[in-house]
Amino acid sequence: MEPRNKPIQKRGLTAIDGALALIVILLIVQMWLLTATLESYLAGHHEVVLPAAIISGTLFLICAGLYLFVRRIDTEARSERKDKVD
Amino acid sequence: MKLFRPAGKEPLWKDEFSINRADEQYVSRRQFTKFLVLTSLGMFVGNVWILARSWFRGTPVYPEKNICRATDVPVGGVWLFRYPTEKDACILIRPDEETYVAYSQKCTHLSCAVYYAREKNRLECPCHEGYFSIKNGSVLQGPPPRPLPRVLLERRGEQLLAVGMAVQEET
Repeated sequence: MEPRNKPIQKRGLTAIDGALALIVILLIVQMWLLTATLESYLAGHHEVVLPAAIISGTLFLICAGLYLFVRRIDTEARSERKDKVD
Repeated sequence: MKLFRPAGKEPLWKDEFSINRADEQYVSRRQFTKFLVLTSLGMFVGNVWILARSWFRGTPVYPEKNICRATDVPVGGVWLFRYPTEKDACILIRPDEETYVAYSQKCTHLSCAVYYAREKNRLECPCHEGYFSIKNGSVLQGPPPRPLPRVLLERRGEQLLAVGMAVQEET
């Protein structure tokens, strides 16, 4: 099976790329949310402001979680490589 | 002194130029991820800022203000004034003998000054051709996302007064 034989670094990069793509999508949603909230706020619809802030916070937490995942993969790949070199 | 490196070892240039491409890819991706997450934090802070503005906004107080005498405005004419502050340009229109309406003069798209197109009986924004109804300030055409805020008028004898503002629902 090819994926198992792939070097760990390459597999790590694939995982990081996946996480990165997900973060980009979440960021686009967050940007849209911010502009839509501002538009609604200026139009006098104050009831949407709180749910929008909660959703935006949730999206940020997911992004932060994905960043921690990326960091973990990065650290693991580095240590594997170091072990190999040593 | 060794003149030759043993076979199977890394070439000499790798010692001199000690950048590993795969490692570098990791670093650039990690840094880019960090940048994206910080941007995400910025978006969240923006939402929180709007929330704070929404929570701590005071109830707007609109003073009564003399605009002009009713006879100062001819039928089909306009009168420009400022309300509620000196920074807020407004337009008073008299479309027929007994009707007076007033709106904020700032287009809700990009704040260009709207003007009264008498022949078409509507308010027009010259910047991006946004048109507003004279009856209620609603958007007839163009990019403006919201109706024009309406100035509430009161007539006391011959005098016209502005007594408040009404932000209208989207149509």
